[in-house]
Amino acid sequence: MPVRLWRKPLDADKIKIPRGEIHIIKERCKGCNFCIEFCPREVLEESEEFNEKGFHPPRVKDSNNCALCGFCEAVCPDFAIFTVEKNCEGGC
Amino acid sequence: MSEELHPFETFLRREMIPHIWCDGCGNGIILNCYVRALKDLDIDLNKVVTVAGIGCIGRISGFTNTDSFHTTHGRAVAFATGVKLANPELKLVVISGDGDLFAIGGNHFIHAARRNVDIHVICANNFNYGMTGGQYGPTTPLDAWTTTTPYGNVEHPFNLVHLAAASGAAYVARWTTLHARRLTESIKKALQKEGFSFIEVITPCPEIYGRYNKMRTGIDMMNWFRKASEIRNQSDPAKAEITPERIVIGEFLDIEKPSFGRLLRDMTTRVQEKMRKGR
Ligand SMILES: Cc1ncc(C[n+]2csc(CCOP(=O)(O)OP(=O)(O)O)c2C)c(N)n1
Ligand code: SF4
Ligand SMILES: [Mg+2]
Repeated sequence: MPVRLWRKPLDADKIKIPRGEIHIIKERCKGCNFCIEFCPREVLEESEEFNEKGFHPPRVKDSNNCALCGFCEAVCPDFAIFTVEKNCEGGC
Repeated sequence: MSEELHPFETFLRREMIPHIWCDGCGNGIILNCYVRALKDLDIDLNKVVTVAGIGCIGRISGFTNTDSFHTTHGRAVAFATGVKLANPELKLVVISGDGDLFAIGGNHFIHAARRNVDIHVICANNFNYGMTGGQYGPTTPLDAWTTTTPYGNVEHPFNLVHLAAASGAAYVARWTTLHARRLTESIKKALQKEGFSFIEVITPCPEIYGRYNKMRTGIDMMNWFRKASEIRNQSDPAKAEITPERIVIGEFLDIEKPSFGRLLRDMTTRVQEKMRKGR
């Protein structure tokens, strides 16, 4: 276990980590892979499928890992990916 | 995962998207940060004019859903100055290339900064003339390879943030496209500033610059930015020269001084008053 997790904050149970829902507009993707490379939680990976332009759009590897930081959206040059907060009312 | 609308859709001219920039090009990130800044500030898009010159980045004026103008090469700052003086309630944003702003347009830039004209300039610095085939220009680093410096560049480049600060700008910052969040915050700040603001954005051009300099992909170039960037807010821009080992980024200058438009309007009012009183 990493050192920083040895001690648990007292209010850890009360703090809700937001969950992100990732939307990918596949046809816009030009395959630069910035979102895959710079996602701090390695949520995305390259897919095998081709889009109309012949690029491999990203796909979600593990959506439960997304903490809604939105960096994929910020660093996408093609407006091809964005995140919205997942509705976790009934549990995620 | 559905094909929903991107949250910035209304800030773009949808019929122009996908844009023309290469895969791995950073210009789209600059566009992304710019429209996010407009959205966050909740600015009336009818009051914003996006002006660009010629070059790859120049196409940005056709992609944003603000009023816009794609000027002739090097004249974006001159055009924006005119619009601002004629119509002071408009917000004038110039987004253009290193070649456009600092080679052919260099004099417009330094004099607009000197006069503290109320415009906001964002320079996409990709170290070369991307659109015309990757020729070297005034920002190409010493020793760098380009299509017209096949044995390495023998010229010293401009340090743009130093040039802007020395010329008289009121706000000067430099970021890279990897620093998308900080860049957006910086654009928001610059857009609310009175006077001449300048933001240099170091951006990847893997297609025609990176490939000659051992950075074949956009990711290679972004990883160089990650490795070499050092945030030094309020540091001396004279010491912010870009080298392969070090890219100093941050906010270098943020000062208050009356803009050209304000001084001109004050003077006009004073003179008119004097005339009315019969001198
Ligand atoms: C008067 C004039 N001279 C030369 C050109 C050719 N030209 C087109 S774009 C360009 C340079 C663009 O470089 P930059 O501003 O850095 O933009 P980039 O393509 O790198 O984004 C030049 C020299 C022109 N269009 N007009
Ligand atoms: S040539 Fe360079 S600057 Fe122009 S679109 Fe391609 S990557 Fe971008
Ligand atoms: Mg350029």
